[in-house]
Amino acid sequence: MASSRRNDADRVFSDRHGLDRRDFIRVCTMAAVAVGLPASVGVKWAEAAAKGLKPSVIWLHFQECTGCTESLLRTSHPALGQLILDLVSLDYCETLAAAAGYQVEDALHSAMAANAGKYICVVEGAIPTKDNGIYCKIGGKTAIDMLNEVAEKAGAIIAIGSCASFGGIPAADPNPTGATGAPQILAGKTVVTIPGCPANPYNFLGTALQFVTFGTLPALDDKGRPRFAYGRVIHEDCPRRPHFDAGRFVQQFGDEGHREGWCLYKMGCKGPVTHANCSLQPFCEVPGAWPIGIGHPCVGCTEQAIAFRIPLHTTVEIEHPTPPDGYPPIKAHQGGVSAAAAGLAGLVGGALVGGGWVAAKKVDGGGEKAGTKPDKGA
Amino acid sequence: MSSHAQVHVAMGGRLMTRPFMVLLAIAGVGAVTAAVRFLYGIGAVSNLSNGYPWGVWIAIDVVVGTAIGCGGYAVGILVYILNKGQYHPLVRPAVLTSLLGYGLAVIAVIIDLGRFWSLWKVPVYVWRWSHSPQLEVALCVAAYTLVLMIELSPALFEKLRAGTSTGLRRLAERGLTLVEKNFVWILALGLLLPTMHQSSLGTMMLLPGPRMHPLWLTPWLPLLFVVNCILIGFAVVVLEATFSAAAFGRPRETVMLASLSRIAGWIAVGWSVFRVGEAALAGKLGYLNSGYGLAFMAEVLLPLAAAAILLSERRRQAMWQVRGAILLFVGAALHRVDTYLVAFRPGQAFSYFPAVPELLITFGIIAAEVAIYIAVVKTFPILEGPVPAKKTF
Amino acid sequence: MAIDRRALIKSLAVGGTAVAAGVAPASAAVRKTAPPGAMGMLYDATLCIGCKTCVVACKQANDMPAESAANGGLWDAPTDLDSKTKNIIKLYHEGEQESFVKQQCMHCVDPGCVSACMLHSLHKDEVTGVVMYDPTYCVGCRYCMMACPFNIPKFEFEKAAPKIVKCELCRQRIKDAAVMGPGGFTRYPKGQGPACCEVCPREAVIYGRRDELLAEAKRRIAAWPGKYYKDRVYGEFDGGGTQVLYLAHVPFDRIGLPDLGTQPVPETAYAVQEGIYYKIPFLAPVGLFAVLGAVIYRNRRADSVGAAEKEGKR
Repeated sequence: MASSRRNDADRVFSDRHGLDRRDFIRVCTMAAVAVGLPASVGVKWAEAAAKGLKPSVIWLHFQECTGCTESLLRTSHPALGQLILDLVSLDYCETLAAAAGYQVEDALHSAMAANAGKYICVVEGAIPTKDNGIYCKIGGKTAIDMLNEVAEKAGAIIAIGSCASFGGIPAADPNPTGATGAPQILAGKTVVTIPGCPANPYNFLGTALQFVTFGTLPALDDKGRPRFAYGRVIHEDCPRRPHFDAGRFVQQFGDEGHREGWCLYKMGCKGPVTHANCSLQPFCEVPGAWPIGIGHPCVGCTEQAIAFRIPLHTTVEIEHPTPPDGYPPIKAHQGGVSAAAAGLAGLVGGALVGGGWVAAKKVDGGGEKAGTKPDKGA
Repeated sequence: MSSHAQVHVAMGGRLMTRPFMVLLAIAGVGAVTAAVRFLYGIGAVSNLSNGYPWGVWIAIDVVVGTAIGCGGYAVGILVYILNKGQYHPLVRPAVLTSLLGYGLAVIAVIIDLGRFWSLWKVPVYVWRWSHSPQLEVALCVAAYTLVLMIELSPALFEKLRAGTSTGLRRLAERGLTLVEKNFVWILALGLLLPTMHQSSLGTMMLLPGPRMHPLWLTPWLPLLFVVNCILIGFAVVVLEATFSAAAFGRPRETVMLASLSRIAGWIAVGWSVFRVGEAALAGKLGYLNSGYGLAFMAEVLLPLAAAAILLSERRRQAMWQVRGAILLFVGAALHRVDTYLVAFRPGQAFSYFPAVPELLITFGIIAAEVAIYIAVVKTFPILEGPVPAKKTF
Repeated sequence: MAIDRRALIKSLAVGGTAVAAGVAPASAAVRKTAPPGAMGMLYDATLCIGCKTCVVACKQANDMPAESAANGGLWDAPTDLDSKTKNIIKLYHEGEQESFVKQQCMHCVDPGCVSACMLHSLHKDEVTGVVMYDPTYCVGCRYCMMACPFNIPKFEFEKAAPKIVKCELCRQRIKDAAVMGPGGFTRYPKGQGPACCEVCPREAVIYGRRDELLAEAKRRIAAWPGKYYKDRVYGEFDGGGTQVLYLAHVPFDRIGLPDLGTQPVPETAYAVQEGIYYKIPFLAPVGLFAVLGAVIYRNRRADSVGAAEKEGKR
């Protein structure tokens, strides 16, 4: 996995993939477009790769299931999995490294030394902090130390998946290892978070490739998530949204509404508060391959406050309700009479007037014992 | 207060009688409900809505409430303008009732105003004054409440004068002289201001014209409201005099009230004739065949029924004076409630009936009014009496 | 007594004359016209598709919460304008006839609400004619709500420190002056005009200067004779004229636009009020005051003289 010098991109690609330069540029362009970057960017990548200017990537695995890496490898866009291996120089990655033991440790240190201040540090998995972080050690080093060391000299830090972004499943109650996300360990540093369980590979690729191409990071929200992917809640772009607006809800799994593909809000769907582009950027390009797509409520995996904290079937509050699929009439009835109020008003009004009328008889005579209270008939 | 020789005496007696405590309890419930309103907003206690922004607080507490406070105005016109000095004993208690009516209307206004803390700006920000009839009402009611206090101040001064403290006695002397000296223009103001704001109360309901029922929408509304407040004023004077006499065992003013009743009766006839005549001339009688027509007829027939009693020989009996006054009061007050509530039609979509807490506040205010009246006449020289009474009640 | 009665009659006469003198000319007075720079909107019900984009945009532009209590927080579903809704789309449906209608402040040329307001908390902008609200001087009396024939101003009954809520033509968005655009309408730079007009996908509601909009409305009527109800623009003269104009294919009163005639809403009330108090400033009250004072003074003197005579005789 150590970086190798290649001077002729055409030859190398022809050799390895049977692609010529034209094909390579076309693939780069498609990849760029797939992750939301301008098509011209693809040409730049191809040129940069041809010059051998591949940025170094150091990929750290901590407390996790490796699902994010797995899904990244399964992007079905033509040769994309391999592409990134050729566009970037993946110098350290426990899952994919061919080397092991001292060799791979050496690769890590030499890559850090050679590309100090320029390499991309990708974090996958949560970092345990309890008992000085002893619950995750690699090569005798705790995850905390490793992360601090690698992040220290990194050009960009990307936390992929919910675990690395905010703790994810390892941090779920009762959180025995004190697991937490990379941004919490690296307080003060810019950490791009790509939450998701697993994260959508294209959101990661878009971010990483933007850094590769322009040396910049995308605009982030207050939780470090790229706005291009996490700017809107799922509810806003949900394919089942018309059912929500029309008030057609699944009441029970397997009921008629469920079979008809109605809105899953009442089944506990977290779509209205979950910022993610699941409905717009199909997961690994398989249309409908996401919870709502298969008839399950959104679990809110990209939200720290929701994922693995709020029970699956608990409904959430709608943040900014919008009008339903219907119209008020020109004159909608408002107001009414409470029987108690009517009774009270009638009773008191009647008592005053009637009482006054009767009391009048008493004042007629002598008056000494008359009307118990001065009555103004009000 | 005037050159008439008279003896105003405090009624004395135990204050904490059972009826008094009942009144205090009702007022207390109202006060607690009002506290809820100030903490949680008007919507928390009332059925006021975007269709009916004004409800019983305005229509009854303020609009009828100030009319109850017109007893002083009505008797004032009789005594000081028409020079019927014989009615003078009625003046001071009527002024007290007026002050209470207006004071409590002001409290009701504060409860009803959404942003009452800005109210002080109305008299102060002169340069922002508009020509709104309501501005006229607001300023006049405030001014008149002050004038009523001044008109009633001799009662306080007389009480102080009879006290033991030399300093206070001197102060009271000085105060009495001051009021006596400025008596003419204070009194003129006391008659001018009600004329102004009672008429403006009528003008006010011309503005929602397009949404008013035609039977109540007439450019004569200002005049109607002035006449109406005089009717209510007379009715209240009769009721107040009779019941207070009965309650405190004072000598009756039945004869005086009988002649007052006659005046009120004729005004009532005039009122009814004018109402029907105006509606007929404006071609509005066609509206009588509806629920609104019933309300209109009640406004006309109740004062007529009152007039039938008050103009007959029965008016010499206290019982029929009271009954006539009740009919007159209900009929005239109905016109005010109709104008401010019933005739206002924001559309079929809206309906309004006061909520229970809303009513509790209204009842609390009325109970407070009666309770304060009792307390004041027992403590201060308000009612006329032959002897400085040391009666037990 | 005779003197008194005469004085009384005199006093009434003075007051009456003042009223008469005032009322007559006041009602004949020239009616208010919209300021030359009056901004407004033109809503064409035949173009509206009821998408409610304007409702959503209005909420966002004015930072208004949703009216969602009745449906458990799912939707922003107001049934009418309310303290959280300054703009709404309603549906009129009767037999074969159907029409959407957009409701918001009409920005009357001579508004009832402004006439009702004691300290000009509601006032009309001198340049744009927009009816604006300034809570600083508002006492929360809700007389404006009584006075508006369109039932537009709403009140925050649910709050302990309530305000009046109504459309102010998104005046808070304006930063630059309006200029004549290529479309023939005077408009603000994008993002500064009324949000509802800017987002309307069919230009069913557009904004600009009132005279331009009126010309556009008349152009449409001329271009499609018989398409519009009575070939008439609602708001040209209705209720003394409004700065928001309506075109519709159904009767206006069916879609909540009342038949007000051409008389401005505050005209009668103001004729009376101006006549009594302002035509000749405060003549009637001051005159009445003087007469009342004089009568009281005379009566009292007569009284004390009478009393003295009685004293003497004794």
